[in-house]
Amino acid sequence: MRDWIALIVVAIVLAGLPLVGSNYLLRLATTICMYAVMAQSWNFIGGLAGYPSFATAAFFGLGAYTSAILLNHGAPLPFAWGCAGLAALVFAALLGGAILHLRGHYFAIASLIVAEMLREIVNTLPNFTGGGKGLNLTMLAISVSAQARFFFYAMLGLAVFCTAFAILIHRSKLGFGLRCIQQNEDAANMLGVNTYAYKTAAFSLSAVFVGAAGAIYASWVNYIEPTDVFDVLLAVKPMVMVLLGGLGTIFGPAVGAVILLAFEELVWRSFLTIHAAVLGLIIVVLVLFLPNGILSIVRERLSGRTVVT
Amino acid sequence: MLVLEEVSRRFGGLNALDSVSLTVNKGEIVGLIGPNGAGKTTLINLITGVHAATSGHVRFEDRDITGLRPYQIARLGLARTFQIVQPFPKMTVLENVAAGALFCGHASTTREAMLIAREHLTFTGLAGMADQPAASLTLARRKRLELAKGLAMRPRLLMLDEVNAGLNPSEVEEALRIIRKIAEQGVTIIVIEHLMKVVVSISQRLVVLHHGQLIAEGAPRDVMSDKRVIEAYLGAKYAATRSTH
Repeated sequence: MRDWIALIVVAIVLAGLPLVGSNYLLRLATTICMYAVMAQSWNFIGGLAGYPSFATAAFFGLGAYTSAILLNHGAPLPFAWGCAGLAALVFAALLGGAILHLRGHYFAIASLIVAEMLREIVNTLPNFTGGGKGLNLTMLAISVSAQARFFFYAMLGLAVFCTAFAILIHRSKLGFGLRCIQQNEDAANMLGVNTYAYKTAAFSLSAVFVGAAGAIYASWVNYIEPTDVFDVLLAVKPMVMVLLGGLGTIFGPAVGAVILLAFEELVWRSFLTIHAAVLGLIIVVLVLFLPNGILSIVRERLSGRTVVT
Repeated sequence: MLVLEEVSRRFGGLNALDSVSLTVNKGEIVGLIGPNGAGKTTLINLITGVHAATSGHVRFEDRDITGLRPYQIARLGLARTFQIVQPFPKMTVLENVAAGALFCGHASTTREAMLIAREHLTFTGLAGMADQPAASLTLARRKRLELAKGLAMRPRLLMLDEVNAGLNPSEVEEALRIIRKIAEQGVTIIVIEHLMKVVVSISQRLVVLHHGQLIAEGAPRDVMSDKRVIEAYLGAKYAATRSTH
């Protein structure tokens, strides 16, 4: 119940942001929501099931391109976004059958090349996908401020929906089974957990919202290209966010998204030339000294005892 | 209840199990013994679907279960404990046991599974540590946790792979008491043991494996005096001196 109240309060507060914030702030908030969706999604497969997936970038790009191509063929916006999520879901379910029997580093490497593969496919089909030149999307026929608000609400809605889903999953039989798999897959199987089906479900869940986020992103920036939407950073950042916020927790991913973006903005502004190095350093320090994420401090304070590692 | 028909398993050039046929009747406590490397754990892995049989069939309650996945076999009512304990270390003791109740199809909700788990914890004497992480338990208690997990799956056949190894005599005594209580509830049990004394005191029937072959089967007293069994455990020389006496 506490989780639901927290989610609703945060959602309402954020929904009021366009009343007070500038367009710059709104752009930041939209990015935070997008990051939150991606981190929350990765948490299903990486945090709960313990499979270090780098396929997030592939799902993001697939969603972006699916939606962009549909829109350019005259499909209505909600339909295109929905199809993008669905395409990512189906793709993940099929891909899961091929790579989810791999474990640890092997799985990580297999999932890493998926985005590269999709990018090459996009590059080789210029007539259909625009190839390396990228794809332009028609702008919405509304004012710039209205656009900022529209995409902010779209991303916020997706983030809230995704987090609500996370709350449900964490408490469900599926979430329980995934935590069993994360700790001892063979023992889980022996205990009656259909590990293959559970892992595939987690992998598909880690794709569907990311696909939709990619679609919204494409409409938001009006232009996508393969190097942008299949960028490996789109796979790495969600992991960092989850590690920062708290692996396998409900609100950790969202908290991590806020922290990472805040750092990105601050560091980028103050250390223009070496911002990547400084950011990397901060992340390493945080992960080293707070292996359970920022939320673990809060939890320790609340429960008055140390969290078992 | 459980029937093995000429089951074999090869690992490369090694015949881990060589044409083993075995029947376990409902309500029995069967002791499965044999020297190190005799194939005891391989046999359990084969029954529970961890390894596929190279040849032969496994039947459980008139159903051919050869080639089924481990989770399917578990749901049919065949539970096992591990020789090397396999808890979910970061979960609490209660959650560990609840997992067994939840995924074997007896509890429909997590809440119900937790309630069932509490009963099994009380039964195995672990109720006091329900909320501790499983990794914090002593070995004796982790072995009991394995038992509780197995029980929560509500098995009809329970295979106990060395639940007494590494325990001190009073802990063994306690474990045996629990095993007898489980048997009284009508659960068929296969006990795999190194400790002869333990297995003889609890089993109604002994099955002896040696080099992957079933070399003797019968009442504990008869099996213990079987020449081939003595040979397997103590060497041919010793068996020969014994028979001349």
